[in-house]
Amino acid sequence: MLSYVAARILACVPVLVGVTLAVFSLLFLIPGDPVKMMLAEFVTSPEQVARMRSQLHLDEPILVQYGRFVGHALVGDLGTSIRSRRPVAQEIAENLGSTAVLATASMAVAVVLGVSLGLVAALFRNSWLDVLAMLVALLGVSMPSFWLGLLLILGFSLHIGWFPATGGGDLRHLVMPALTLGLIASAIIARLTRSSLLEVLGQDYVRTARAKGLAGWNVVVQHSLANALIPIVTIFGLQFGNLLAGAVIVETVFSRPGLGRLLVGGILNKDFPLIQGTILFVATAYVLINLVVDLAYAVLDPRIRLR
Amino acid sequence: MRSSTRGSVSASRLLRHRGARVGFAILGFLVLLAVLAPWLSRRDPIKTAPRDALRPPGAAFLLGSDQYGRDVLSRVLHGARISLVVGLVSVSIAVGLGTPIGLASGYYGGRLDLVLMRLVDVMLAFPGILLALAIVSVLRPSLTNLMIAVGIAAVPTYARLVRATVLAAKEHLYVEAARAVGCRDRGILVRYLLPNVVAPLVVTATLGLGTAILSAAALSFLGLGSQPPEPEWGRMLSEGRDYLREAWWIATFPGLGIMATVLGMNLVGDGLRDVLDPRLRE
Repeated sequence: MLSYVAARILACVPVLVGVTLAVFSLLFLIPGDPVKMMLAEFVTSPEQVARMRSQLHLDEPILVQYGRFVGHALVGDLGTSIRSRRPVAQEIAENLGSTAVLATASMAVAVVLGVSLGLVAALFRNSWLDVLAMLVALLGVSMPSFWLGLLLILGFSLHIGWFPATGGGDLRHLVMPALTLGLIASAIIARLTRSSLLEVLGQDYVRTARAKGLAGWNVVVQHSLANALIPIVTIFGLQFGNLLAGAVIVETVFSRPGLGRLLVGGILNKDFPLIQGTILFVATAYVLINLVVDLAYAVLDPRIRLR
Repeated sequence: MRSSTRGSVSASRLLRHRGARVGFAILGFLVLLAVLAPWLSRRDPIKTAPRDALRPPGAAFLLGSDQYGRDVLSRVLHGARISLVVGLVSVSIAVGLGTPIGLASGYYGGRLDLVLMRLVDVMLAFPGILLALAIVSVLRPSLTNLMIAVGIAAVPTYARLVRATVLAAKEHLYVEAARAVGCRDRGILVRYLLPNVVAPLVVTATLGLGTAILSAAALSFLGLGSQPPEPEWGRMLSEGRDYLREAWWIATFPGLGIMATVLGMNLVGDGLRDVLDPRLRE
């Protein structure tokens, strides 16, 4: 097990190095002069452009710049936002909580709804319940989150007035954004739960459990669901990443503070230190979440750690 | 079985697949609407008419008018053209770049495989639309750049799929036989390995069309894709958001358009998967 954990952690290192390289390179992929692009809206003199270039250390050799970028990132220094003139790390820290709450609440919605739908569909295979559950899931994977969000605002905010349409803060502000993100993620989990559970329900040991007289519910929960959950756990990691990325859209729809809105604001304002810092943070978090999921996978499935 | 016979068997099985039939019907209808857009709605989708602003759906404007007095029906119909083209071009970019990477990586193996797959791993470290966001952040927001960003972001999916298929296929005896009779690498890749890749690639690309359309609409919704006054569905939704209370129809119909298109593609993709490559089922 220890060697598996060590190997998995080591495998993350080149990916994280690659991520820093990719994020660092963003600035050099800009067609033309990045400083002029960032200062496009302002009337600037050549001296100001030169000062900005020096502030961003763009006048140094590329390798030195990359070394500085990684070195600073390792100690939590992600540069200074051009617009707000505040440290990017501080901006991220202030917005992280809101996005983390949204992603966690959405994941809870997705898991409860997705596993329930998948379970019902698998247990009542080929019945109208199965067809209905899978139809809901299919609509879920085809629906744009920003449209679902707008429909929820239209129904529950503007017509019934149950929840506030925009903003962040208390629990009432969280319900609709979490539902928007969670409902769409639940569709994928439902489809996977169904197919995974159907596969397990066809196994010999499930037939044996039934043959020795175990109650139907016991067979499903104790013998089948635990094994069917293994592939679903993998998708949790991927889905968590998708929720982090999906927050970019949902936070914009509901004008909710968070990392997503911070990033979109950065892109629209061409605030490159903010863009680089936020993307680096989210990608690193995603790699680490997947590492944790992989390790959880090994705990759940002895075949993996013993391989 | 000869490939033409196999193809017709697959086609007839696909046409018997209930979900795929519904998907084809939805997509056929949408393509028809997109092609006939200028004749179905005579109103200009771009020209503004402030006097007709925010008219509800009715006889004059079947799906209502937007804040600039433009016909929503006309914009939705022309938007179908844009979305379908965006989906097709983005997926073509992804398949066009991902397939050679996967082929080379899987066939040659060794250091080339190591380098290419680490590159793919790094791209996969950016979840969802984050990679596309990173790419559009360095480009000017436009429809062309949007397609490039969405296409490049999907490259890892195809590169990995092709690599995995080639890894399995290259162990077959006929590949060894081809090598033994002196076939060159390029010949083996194109004549013997590429045909193995086609079925999973078609399935994934069809499902990928829906994802590409969703991503592109999302980026346009954020203001990072198509720019006004283009009648792009994501952009229209974003504009309709500010008028949700007084004019629900501006955001509702383009959203319905996106969902119908993606649903059609998912249904056809699921059908193709069941017919061509049942192993790909989740």
